[in-house]
Amino acid sequence: MVTGVSAALLAGLPASAAGAVSEAAASAGASTGAAAWEPILPGLIVLLPLLGFALNGILALLAARDSSAALREGRDWNPFAGPRRPATHRLPSWIGPGAMALAFGLALLNFLGMPADLHDPVIRSYWGWIVTGDLRIDAALQLDQLSMVMTLVVTGVGFLIHVFSVGYMAGDPGYPRYFAYLNLFVFFMLVLVLGSGFGTMFVGWEGVGLCSYLLIGYWFSDREKSDAGKKAFIVNRIGDVGFLLAMFLLFQGFGTLDFIPIFAGAEGRVAAGGVAVTAITLLLMLGAAGKSAQIPLHIWLPDAMAGPTPVSALIHAATMVTAGVYMVVRSSVLYALAPTSQAVVAGIGALTALVAATVALQQYDIKKVLAYSTVSQLGFMFLAAGVGAFTAAVFHLVTHAFFKALLFLGAGAVIHAMHDAAHHGDGHLDEQDMRNMGGLRRYMPVTCAVMWIATLAIAGIWPFAGFFSKDEIVWYAAAWAGAESNPFGALYAAYWGLALLTALLTAFYMARLMVMTFHGANRTGEAARSHLHEAPGVMTAPLIALAALSLFGGWINVPEELRMSFAGLFGALPMSEWLHHWLEPVTHAAAEIQTAGFGEAARTAPVGGGEAAWALVSTLAAAATVAAAVRFTSTRKYVPAAEDPGPRRGLRRAAYDKWYFDEVYDAVVVRPVVGASRWCWKAVDTLVIDGFVNFAGNFARLAGWAASLFQTGQVNMYAFVLTLGFLFVLGATVFL
Amino acid sequence: MTDLLASILYGDWILHALIWLPLAGTAHVLVSSAERARNVAFRWSAFVFVLSLGLWWAYDPGDGGFAMQSSAPWIEAWGVSYSLGIDGISVFMVLLTTFTSAIAILGSFEYVKTRRKAFYALMLLLETGVVGFFLATDVFLFYVFFELTLVPMYFIVGIWGGERRIYAAVKFFLFTATGSLLMLVAILYVYFAGGTGSFAYDAFLNAGMSLREQLWLFAAFALAFGIKVPVFPLHTWLPDAHVEAPTPGSVVLASVLLKMGTYGFLRFLLPFFPEAAQHPAVVAVMLALGVVGIIYAAWVAAVQPDAKKLVAYTSVAHMGFVVIGVFALTLNGLQGGMVVMISHGISTGALFLLLGMMYERRHSRLIEDFGGIGRAAPWFATAFAITALASIGLPGTSGFVGEFLALLGTFETHMATGAIAATGVVFAAYYMLPMVQRVLFNELDKPENRKFADLSRREIAILAPLVALMIWIGVHPTPILERTEPSVQAVLERVEDARMHAGGGEDAATGAAGGFRSFAPAGDGPAADPAPSGAPAAPRAAGPPGGGR
Repeated sequence: MVTGVSAALLAGLPASAAGAVSEAAASAGASTGAAAWEPILPGLIVLLPLLGFALNGILALLAARDSSAALREGRDWNPFAGPRRPATHRLPSWIGPGAMALAFGLALLNFLGMPADLHDPVIRSYWGWIVTGDLRIDAALQLDQLSMVMTLVVTGVGFLIHVFSVGYMAGDPGYPRYFAYLNLFVFFMLVLVLGSGFGTMFVGWEGVGLCSYLLIGYWFSDREKSDAGKKAFIVNRIGDVGFLLAMFLLFQGFGTLDFIPIFAGAEGRVAAGGVAVTAITLLLMLGAAGKSAQIPLHIWLPDAMAGPTPVSALIHAATMVTAGVYMVVRSSVLYALAPTSQAVVAGIGALTALVAATVALQQYDIKKVLAYSTVSQLGFMFLAAGVGAFTAAVFHLVTHAFFKALLFLGAGAVIHAMHDAAHHGDGHLDEQDMRNMGGLRRYMPVTCAVMWIATLAIAGIWPFAGFFSKDEIVWYAAAWAGAESNPFGALYAAYWGLALLTALLTAFYMARLMVMTFHGANRTGEAARSHLHEAPGVMTAPLIALAALSLFGGWINVPEELRMSFAGLFGALPMSEWLHHWLEPVTHAAAEIQTAGFGEAARTAPVGGGEAAWALVSTLAAAATVAAAVRFTSTRKYVPAAEDPGPRRGLRRAAYDKWYFDEVYDAVVVRPVVGASRWCWKAVDTLVIDGFVNFAGNFARLAGWAASLFQTGQVNMYAFVLTLGFLFVLGATVFL
Repeated sequence: MTDLLASILYGDWILHALIWLPLAGTAHVLVSSAERARNVAFRWSAFVFVLSLGLWWAYDPGDGGFAMQSSAPWIEAWGVSYSLGIDGISVFMVLLTTFTSAIAILGSFEYVKTRRKAFYALMLLLETGVVGFFLATDVFLFYVFFELTLVPMYFIVGIWGGERRIYAAVKFFLFTATGSLLMLVAILYVYFAGGTGSFAYDAFLNAGMSLREQLWLFAAFALAFGIKVPVFPLHTWLPDAHVEAPTPGSVVLASVLLKMGTYGFLRFLLPFFPEAAQHPAVVAVMLALGVVGIIYAAWVAAVQPDAKKLVAYTSVAHMGFVVIGVFALTLNGLQGGMVVMISHGISTGALFLLLGMMYERRHSRLIEDFGGIGRAAPWFATAFAITALASIGLPGTSGFVGEFLALLGTFETHMATGAIAATGVVFAAYYMLPMVQRVLFNELDKPENRKFADLSRREIAILAPLVALMIWIGVHPTPILERTEPSVQAVLERVEDARMHAGGGEDAATGAAGGFRSFAPAGDGPAADPAPSGAPAAPRAAGPPGGGR
């Protein structure tokens, strides 16, 4: 059966031929609008990483068999001892990135082949997954403009990170296991973005959570790391309850979980702004907050940095954590029908963006800074979705995938160098603490250069990628505040202010990170310093590719007005707002609902000034902030981490301590639940229930006495034979 | 395959064979030597399992009624007959039984060292009892088999168990016997007061009890089955029995014996007493007990120092999902309950086998005695992790399908209950992941654990089919769902028909609202619109779902 399923996937059978065409697919007009375009083996895009997982998984099991045998026999086991690595540690270098390269190539072919005027998504249904009564969830893929963009990001950035990992993880004994997990992650991520309904999406949703869990705790012998993995899983599951409940409500209202019928029928079936759609969207947002680390469920992401750094780049920056944003954009019709939920989404986004940025200002661990930066940037994306700028949310998702993956991989290259240095240095050296770095520019010039590109991109400086995407979000927040009949106008004006402030903080903490890491005097220590080195080519090549994307990636969606203003450069672009037009078939329904509800968005900011003017203001402000931060950070004296207790008190200390979210959760949630669990066990189960049972049992002491008679051995056999005889009689009366 | 089976008249003899062949195996074990006992027992159980596999093809769901029926008079004066039959509900229970019996026997090879002949004889005897229980279509015969399962399990726990085995065995016996005695009284009441004249299943269906009678009888049956499930607060025998039972005993107990309780709900409780089963107070109580079981047991499980006790409590939580799924009285809920029963049998059975393997290596069940096993025994760790994930219902594994449907079905009629029960997925992670971490992950800091042997070939042969089933059911549950659906539907229809007779006029009115029928403010609570009367009936009638056969 399973082989049949995979055969169907490989063949990429049309839905009807697979014999499992759903009503949804039929009503999508697969025969009318989409017949013009036949996607090329879409199932294979998903299947390739799964295949990679299977192969790498087998290698991992074989390698682990060797290593554990050595452990039992007390031998040393070092796969890198010989002149040539064993096959288990050689093949994954090809299988892992290879599967990704093929998947990316196939996705690219489909992307190029997808007609621009494709209005209805193409559904490829493979088998009926859960089919009972009036419920039907198909194992089906939905190819449309949005899923195509996501697939390209996942496979493209994923491929680069796989290549980087070949260098980064080269000396790790668990090498094949690492690539197995990484491939499995990509598989689930593709299921998430390509699934044709909330049910299929949920498979990918929890699947990526699993891989995140496995990869955060990849070095599972380290208690702290496996704790972090566990925390991520449990916090994510809190969000998943929201997702589940939203699905139950959707099923009640629509009788299906497929995207197409739900979004097509939403306007007719739910009252705009009604309880139903508000509840659904808020519950979905709970799920998104868990997966995308938004307040109040953001606490797992900083801890998730315990995983290998390329994992942080792929899962906890570029792809998985953006799943929540994708889900909100995918459900844009529902959110457009629920203005209250949108205000909540935007509010959570703006608040998270600001809070996380303040924490990032005070962190010394290079990965922690980037982690909080990711939380903050995800907040921007939710703000975008909350102000109805769904395209801007996707746009920032894409550019963020480029520059944040680059920042993490760059940090990985730094940690890689620091690790080797620490190895040769004197005593303990926290290889991720920026107070131990400084002046690395001399040792790793390429890494320094590409990371500056990413920094300028995230800081929002023209013409880097982040400028266009972030500016668009900030602008839409302003425009939405001034929409004709927006009941939350004042609120959105406040969000706009928060967004502006956060944008400046972003520029500041990133410049601080760069200066502390690459500039000024080196604080690594004499012995270690000589072992600092630039990363090998297999690691710098992906960095350079991502740097190019961070530089030019923003040009896919240059606003019309800016194209005119900076005509010197962007006049040459074939078209402005390409992404906007590309995603139009996905987002236009939501846009229409919003325009019908609130009228056109304003063309000026709440305090006056148009789009181009604010773009100029924001890029100048960001540039000034970067300059200020460089100056400020350069003049400060940093001491190695071991000699620095961190800020003493006040707001800086609170930000350094991450605003005490973990402590509050521990006191308010964790301890009470554990306490209640113990109480249930000791008081209710043991004392009350069993107390009663034993009381009743003592009352019937006779029974116990009788039972003890049974235990003489002979009696056992007696009862046993009795039973047999009874059965014999039973059988005899039947057959004779 | 179907033709082949028909040509050997499979349907005519298979049900009898499945009951009596294990008994023949019992006899064979008793006459063979102690050394050969385990092989003999395993071959018999494997043979029975292979034979039972034909049911997958030979059982045709049709309208959901009993198939392969046969009946012979047994005690004619009382109207007792030896009648068997199988439907979409029992077919999976039987398959689960034959499968886990073979697996459990194979899993006991290293564990059971003493009195081996008696042990394997009892295991096969137990299989006879359980299969007979699931196949009986005569209430008296059913009761006989129900009692019959008690005896071998009592001895398995009491003789081959751990230190407190006597306490555990007696507790198990007393709990179950108390419930079943009350049920016997209830059965006799229906027989005499209902004037059925026979113990045939159909006669009991048409006994025509008043609502007042039904409520009392329901209580008696529900107590007997509720103890077996077990439903909170009747569960305290289970952790003791599981902890003390030898591995194969735990496996069969968790995989099959608990299912006798929920099977009883579906087979007897709902169809015999349909008016009582949908009485608002009854539904409210059962749903409340189910939800409390899910959350309470998860909490208690999370703080257990003994891994086996932890898994025992998770059984209570899992069975809570079955209870709410059943008493939500929706198709999705009942179907979900069915899949949870199957899935729990596989994943929890596998967990007990894995814990048994740990015990064989380290002679400890305490979680704190392990740690870092992932390094020492990576294959073992892989199997353990997959099983744990299936147990907490990760999509793509069997656990998810069942829990999802059960919650969805509950939510349809009882929104608040479904929502509270859904938090169980968080608490599942809360009890399972710390154990996984403390056993498999963390530092390999205890020298004894460095010698922790990885899976042997026999152990791989035991675990591989279990893991494969977890994933297969998770990826493609539809073949199971389409086989159970007509029978589950029949149970549901019987309950709904009873409502029609009891005057369901106002229900039809509320149900006709359509669209977001449950978004009405009064959409929750036991009294509110349990019947998706109008809307869902239409698609159901439109075409037999998955009718590719």
